[in-house]
Amino acid sequence: MELANLQRRYLDFTSPLFHEGILDNQFTQLQQLQDESNPEFVLEVVTLFFDDSEKLLNELTRTLDQQVVDFKKVDAHVHQFKGSSASIGAQRVKNVCMAFRNYCEEMDQEGCLTCLQQLKQEYFLVKNKLETLFKLEQQIVAAGGSIPMMW
Amino acid sequence: MLVECSEIPMSWLIDAQIMDQKTGYLSEKFNLWLGWPKKFSVRGLRNHLCSHYFGSKKLKETSRRLLFLWLAGWFICAIWIFWFMNSQAVEKRREMLASMCDERARMLQDQFNVSMNHLQALAILISTFHHAKEPSAIDQITFAQYAERTAFERPLTSGVAYAVKVRHSERELFEKQHGWRIKKMDLTEQPPVREEDADLESPEISPIQDEYAPVIFAQDAYKHVISVDLLTGKEDCENILRARESGKGVLTAPFPLLKSKRLGVILTYAVYKSELPSNATPVQRIKAAIGYLGGIFDVESLVDKLLHQLASKHSIVVNVHDTTDPDRPISMYGSTVTGTGIYHISTLHFGDPIRKHEMHCRFKQKAPLPWLALTTSIGTLVIALLVGYIFHATVSRIAKVEDDYRQMMVLKKQAEAADVAKSQFLATVSHEIRTPMNGVLGMLQMLMDTDLDMTQEDYVRTAHASGKALVSLINEVLDQAKIESGKLELEAVPFDLRAVLDDILSLLYGKAQEKGLELAVYVSDQIPEVVIGDHGRIRQIITNLIANSIKFTERGHIYLTVHLTEEVMSSLNIETEYHSANSLSAFPVADRRRSWENFKIFKKELPASDPSLVSTTSDLINLIISVEDTGVGIPYEAQSRVFTPFMQVRPSISRIHGGTGIGLSISKCLVGLMKGEIGFVSEPQIGSTFTFTVVLTRSSNNSNEYKSFEFHGLTSLVVDDRPVRAKVTKYHLQRLGINAIIEMYPNQVLNRITSGTVATNLMLIEHEIWLTNAGIWSFIMNKLKDDQLDIPKAILLANPATSSKKNSSSSLEFVSTIITKPLRASMLQVSLQRVMGCGDGEHSRNGRLPQLPLHSLLHGKQILVVDDNVVNLRVAAGALKKYGAEVTCADSGKIAIDMLKPPHRFDACFMDIQMPEIDGFEATRRIREMETDMNRKINSGEVPLNFLGNVIPQRVPILAMTADVIQATHEKCRKLEMDGYVTKPFEGEQLYRELTRAIVEMNDISSIKLYENSHMKRHVSCKIIWENFSHTWWGRIKCSSWSRIEMDYCRSNVVQ
Repeated sequence: MELANLQRRYLDFTSPLFHEGILDNQFTQLQQLQDESNPEFVLEVVTLFFDDSEKLLNELTRTLDQQVVDFKKVDAHVHQFKGSSASIGAQRVKNVCMAFRNYCEEMDQEGCLTCLQQLKQEYFLVKNKLETLFKLEQQIVAAGGSIPMMW
Repeated sequence: MLVECSEIPMSWLIDAQIMDQKTGYLSEKFNLWLGWPKKFSVRGLRNHLCSHYFGSKKLKETSRRLLFLWLAGWFICAIWIFWFMNSQAVEKRREMLASMCDERARMLQDQFNVSMNHLQALAILISTFHHAKEPSAIDQITFAQYAERTAFERPLTSGVAYAVKVRHSERELFEKQHGWRIKKMDLTEQPPVREEDADLESPEISPIQDEYAPVIFAQDAYKHVISVDLLTGKEDCENILRARESGKGVLTAPFPLLKSKRLGVILTYAVYKSELPSNATPVQRIKAAIGYLGGIFDVESLVDKLLHQLASKHSIVVNVHDTTDPDRPISMYGSTVTGTGIYHISTLHFGDPIRKHEMHCRFKQKAPLPWLALTTSIGTLVIALLVGYIFHATVSRIAKVEDDYRQMMVLKKQAEAADVAKSQFLATVSHEIRTPMNGVLGMLQMLMDTDLDMTQEDYVRTAHASGKALVSLINEVLDQAKIESGKLELEAVPFDLRAVLDDILSLLYGKAQEKGLELAVYVSDQIPEVVIGDHGRIRQIITNLIANSIKFTERGHIYLTVHLTEEVMSSLNIETEYHSANSLSAFPVADRRRSWENFKIFKKELPASDPSLVSTTSDLINLIISVEDTGVGIPYEAQSRVFTPFMQVRPSISRIHGGTGIGLSISKCLVGLMKGEIGFVSEPQIGSTFTFTVVLTRSSNNSNEYKSFEFHGLTSLVVDDRPVRAKVTKYHLQRLGINAIIEMYPNQVLNRITSGTVATNLMLIEHEIWLTNAGIWSFIMNKLKDDQLDIPKAILLANPATSSKKNSSSSLEFVSTIITKPLRASMLQVSLQRVMGCGDGEHSRNGRLPQLPLHSLLHGKQILVVDDNVVNLRVAAGALKKYGAEVTCADSGKIAIDMLKPPHRFDACFMDIQMPEIDGFEATRRIREMETDMNRKINSGEVPLNFLGNVIPQRVPILAMTADVIQATHEKCRKLEMDGYVTKPFEGEQLYRELTRAIVEMNDISSIKLYENSHMKRHVSCKIIWENFSHTWWGRIKCSSWSRIEMDYCRSNVVQ
């Protein structure tokens, strides 16, 4: 009973993520890549993403705080961020990155800072969601159930 | 008038110059206005035409100012013309008046003088006959008679009288002599009046004076004045005194004559006693005077008479005045009304210097309105206005046209931009749709790999087929967009046209077979084996046309022919074999010649006398390709929009037959790109024939893939009653190197076989002929058997329509095999191999193909993934591992270079392009450098082969990974020495396609064999290679060299 509950909660939790565009199909594909031979694949990748992202965010904050902003560097960071977010399917993060890169091209420091704020916001949102998701998954697995697929 | 006329242009000129001066300071441009009006207006216009480049606004303003000046100038000019001409007229009138007046005055003067002279003569007469004779020879009666009778000489005098000088001393004697007293005149009245009435009313005796001048003679009319002393009258006295002093005629002031109530004057002459010298003093004259002759002049009647004599007396009014006292002129003649019009004054000299007379002339009528001047000036003004209007209209027209032009330009730019945007949009959208579609198809493909029950599989298969259709539709749209935006470029690669046509037939025969249509191809032997061009596009056009024909044909045939245009041209007039009854399937067809009758190529080029000569002299060859069907045809009303994109005969067509209606439009564009033309002829319910021409290049290497085979030198007999169909069969046989003889009549067959010098090895018989003449075949066979002759192998040629109703004829025992049309060289070859016993006929046509082998392709492969982004790296690795590959990761270009230093173990490398420090392109470049270096070493023997192990990758396939879908192109990657690209994130099908392409391209046939042997079934690998490489020349070569039978097999199965 508890398992069914958990599974329902899982579905209730995940479907808005896709509806709101926080995640996209890429995440689904990522989940498809996970199988018996590679059971922790998604978690592994997402953790990598978190580490990478936090490093990048710090770098970006530091770079943009400087008197003379090195926009090339900022752009490179954002590009990387965009790549990794696209890879895990964090769609909204990716979209902010695209806007961010435009501001970089225009060398608009203010726009960049605004974007950085947005980026942080989106990142932490997706991070929270994913962490909750994994927790739910773990609970389901711990309860001996399988993760329900909604696609 | 003449003067005036000649002056008008002059005035223009003057006016123009005035205008020039006026306007000259406004702008220097206006200097052009010097000279002839016409000239300057033209120049001005041209000037304005030039200046319109500077802006129509300025032009408008300038032209308005100019127009205003022009109008104002001409208005002034018109007024001036009017004034000038009017003054001329007035002047002329004045002159005329003057001349008339002078004439009258002179005449009056003359007549007056004549009268005066006569009076003088009368005076002399009296002095001679009265005074000089003693006694006097004249008495009153004589005088009166004489005067009366000579009155005609004095037309102006109404009467004459003579008075003598009588001194007071002589008075009494005088009175006694004459018997009357000297009377006095009434002073209160005018003397003549008194003269007339004196003795009637108050005949007073003259008072005593020094001397008297009593009238002694008078004309009868004036008899009453006799005895009146003239000196008592004031005027008369004055007259007499003056007359005798001067010795000349003297006039009184005018006075009204009582009798006639008219004005008159009295002329007085003094009569002297003796002849006086001309220089006599007045005193002498007074002394000598002895009498006075007076004449009464009736001025009014005088002038009246005079005027009567003259013509045009009515046109002028004449007044005569006595102006002795200038302040008080006395009117002598004419009305006293003084008009305001012009008048002329002529002085009259009546011989009396003291008295002054003037004649005043005036026109009776007022001067007429100066019409000429008026019309001339108004006319000038009108012309000027018209010219101004024309100018204005021209300028506004120019301005309007210019505005329109500018507007058009803006619109044109907008339209062009919109067009480009549309094409761009289409291209982008198509691409964007294609990408996810590929995902869908890939997933469906993978889904088919899984275990599915029948229903599921059917669903998936349908979904896959629909997806494929959608992709091909998108490709068509993309093609159209590309062609419209001019981005489509044609390839120029050598290819075998006949093979391409065979392929097309293979692709489409399934559909044709379903509908029971006969499909045939014929290529003229004048066409070289290998030509250079874009075979993909030619294939697209032909496929399109044939697919279209299949769609709309329910019975009969579809016949594809390829000729040289020179061939067609030379046979244009003599060709008779295409008449309806003699078609491939005996159904009537449309006259194909009409489909190309509008082609320019036939119009501009003269028919060549020797086609082969023409075709060999030039490197370019013109092909004419026709697709003939016996379908429903195109309604006449729809024929004009056949090539319009998205246009179909009826909307319902797309519901029945599907399709977008874009195919023919694309075909037309493609044909146009290949410098060809496309046309068609279509007759409803009979069929359509589409014909197009293309210009291709002759290729130098002339290799025939079939002729060198084992059938060379064989002879076959084709038994067919339809020459067209027989020709097709013969064509295919000849491609295999088989000599073919056509026999139309079955009963001649035996004769042919036995009489021929060369043994007949094969006998290809149309199924229809076989059936209709069933009996004859067994007879022939038995006869041949009896004669111990080689029995030719009999092959039945069945077309789809007839093959369905299999006839279990007894004579089938003689038949070696039945070949179902359409004939294709490869298929014919396989069948013949089987018949002749030299082929392996083990293949079945109905084996189901195992599905997508991505997993098997990648399984166990060593793959290096390079990406600086660890997340991406992990995901890519995960995806590739999923397909069974052994993945090694590298997070920078540098590491990748190290790892790919030959010798290495990797089968392929996926590399991110955008990486810090060393990006994907740079890393690739370095890796390629290392590889060439190594290859050079191997070739020169520096490095032993066995050092590298058994795998010798001379060039590792490197595939780019990029997120940029639009910019990434295969060509770009190839240029940068990469072997392909995959988009991030990975999509199964794309990954598979690129990888296969890359790996197979790298390694030669051996590697294909490798795949073949290792993981895939033979057919599958064959299919992979076919699907991926059949569009390239080298792929074709490889495939054909690998296994012809396999290829044929694949071709037929790819379609399904």
